[in-house]
Amino acid sequence: MNTTMTASARRPLEMVQPANKAGQHAAGKLMIAAGSILFVAVLAFQILYASGVTETGFASWLPVLYAYILWAASIVVGQVLVRGERGLRATFVLPAVFFTVALVIFPTLFGFYIAFTSWNLGSDAGRVFNGFDNIRTMWNDPFYWNALTNMIYYSLMVLVEYAIAFGLALILNTEIRARRFFRVVFLLPFMLSPVAVSWMVGKSIMENRFGPMARLARALGWDRPAFFSDPWIARMSIEMMDGWVFIPLIMILLLAGLQALPKECLEAARVDGATGWQTFWRIIFPLMLPVSITAIIIRIIFKLKLADIVINVTSGGPGGATDTVSSFIYREYRDRSNVGYGTALAEVYLIAIIIFITVLLVIGRRVARRYGALPTVAQS
Amino acid sequence: MATTASTFNAELHQPGRGAGHVMTRVLIYGVLIFWAFICLFPIFWTFTTSFKSAPDVMQGRLIPFLDFVPDWKGWRSLGLSPDTIWETSTVRDEFLKRLGNSLIASIGGSLLALALGALAGYGLARFPYRFGPLKNDDISFFFISQLILPPVVLAMPFLVLYKELILLDSLPGLILVYTLMVLPIVIWIMRDQFANIPVELEEAAFVDGLSIWGTFLRIVLPLALPGMVAALILALVLCWNEYFFAALLTGANAQTLPVMVASQTGSQGISWWSMAALSTAAILPLMVVGILLERYIIKGLATGAVK
Repeated sequence: MNTTMTASARRPLEMVQPANKAGQHAAGKLMIAAGSILFVAVLAFQILYASGVTETGFASWLPVLYAYILWAASIVVGQVLVRGERGLRATFVLPAVFFTVALVIFPTLFGFYIAFTSWNLGSDAGRVFNGFDNIRTMWNDPFYWNALTNMIYYSLMVLVEYAIAFGLALILNTEIRARRFFRVVFLLPFMLSPVAVSWMVGKSIMENRFGPMARLARALGWDRPAFFSDPWIARMSIEMMDGWVFIPLIMILLLAGLQALPKECLEAARVDGATGWQTFWRIIFPLMLPVSITAIIIRIIFKLKLADIVINVTSGGPGGATDTVSSFIYREYRDRSNVGYGTALAEVYLIAIIIFITVLLVIGRRVARRYGALPTVAQS
Repeated sequence: MATTASTFNAELHQPGRGAGHVMTRVLIYGVLIFWAFICLFPIFWTFTTSFKSAPDVMQGRLIPFLDFVPDWKGWRSLGLSPDTIWETSTVRDEFLKRLGNSLIASIGGSLLALALGALAGYGLARFPYRFGPLKNDDISFFFISQLILPPVVLAMPFLVLYKELILLDSLPGLILVYTLMVLPIVIWIMRDQFANIPVELEEAAFVDGLSIWGTFLRIVLPLALPGMVAALILALVLCWNEYFFAALLTGANAQTLPVMVASQTGSQGISWWSMAALSTAAILPLMVVGILLERYIIKGLATGAVK
């Protein structure tokens, strides 16, 4: 390796490589063209067959997927030949782009199309375009609005989880014995599958007759404990399980933030004789605001996907009190095979989430900028 | 919350203030032990219940050997107790098949996501890209923002598309779904990991005549290994525990362990011991991973949150 030093040692780092040879350039273009033609041809061939215009075709669409992979590969290699060094740099990010376009962008757009059709897998009618009928049905579907309202309740509970997690992170950040032990133990619930938690906690520990929670409740004077009968108690029970799994996530994010706090600030506060309470509210909390906002938003993103526990413990009951949007749509598909309507609900939910998270990000950024950094601290 | 906060800050002051100090210590350890109990009790309960017989469950006996005599009941029903392990057992075959599916799907998805994500993360951390009006920050945002996509949005289009692609109820199909599910997180973590590696090393490698890819594979990747382990473990956790896609997109062939656990809850009434054994088996692998590699998980989660 070092033998080549002499020639290349003085080469500037950002030197533009000599333009590729004309032959390479042409070969690259040819490669991209060939890949594109092949992909379009296979796609057209299969579309014509599927729509009944031609007689011959593939048994499934799998060859189209292979053609897409070939096309992607031809573009990656071809643009290296055409663009040289810059093409080589693009090879890092292109595979992820092609993957995402095929498996996220395309299905999402396809979903928007399904959303405007009436399509029940149970009936023979197949896919029929029905315009905004699904949206109209949704507008009058009290269960969907109920599920959306529940998502607001569940999301608000993130603040409680945040408070608990902050307390735990503060304690883990102090001088304590066996810190690693407690950190591992506090992390464990995050490693558990929500489905297993549904059984372990929801169906077993919270069982009404001989679950340990029911026994404890009876000992505390609740005669006939039932954790999933009353709407609000059921909601809280679901929230307890979900919070149990995800509090470690917030805790770790906050703990990392605490450990990154500038030591001088805390020192200075101590020297100035600030009480613990003052140090927390005047220094630690404001400095932690950016991390806190990130943690809360990440947690809300996960919360908005909540489904497993609800599906497995209550199936949305009693009377839809614990339903999340995901579990509701899941049942819409499982029980009624209503793909068109279910997808429409999901796409509306997606748009709502995007708006909600965008607003949160904007507010979060403002709050962090306004209250987050103490000017004096920032300079020290 | 309020108490814990103030105890921490009292802690900031010089220790050794007599009674007040002792009180704070007691409070801190009280909270620690209380929360440790909350974290561990469900796991303890599940584990011990797999060794209980029916009366033990009904009477709420808690502590093995003191309260009740442990019995391999739950594990026998799975065909995994010492006396049944050498006999044929359809339940065990089923369980092992689901376990194998879970392993293949989660490891496959995580590795594929790590490969794609590490490349993209390195590119985004190092090279200025332009794609039309989009620059690096926009491209990063494009990838990371997919984190908010709820599975339910993609589930039904995938159901339809997979049917056409004959990927329904197949492990390759599940691997692809898991890859797209964890890719945003992996890209996020890896981009920050690469950004933290000093550029000078790569510049030196360029000077030595290594190509971009040579530099990446021989210089940068070994340095980023801890971050990659962190991203991989986090991806594994999310894939191993995934239920929603697995429940919709798989059937008899490619079903994973969480789907098996979920399908058992309703079907046989409550056979507590076998459910407990099954749940224990489903959470055990990740608990071992969590205990052994806790450092990496924390590192992975903490990236991105703290700049």
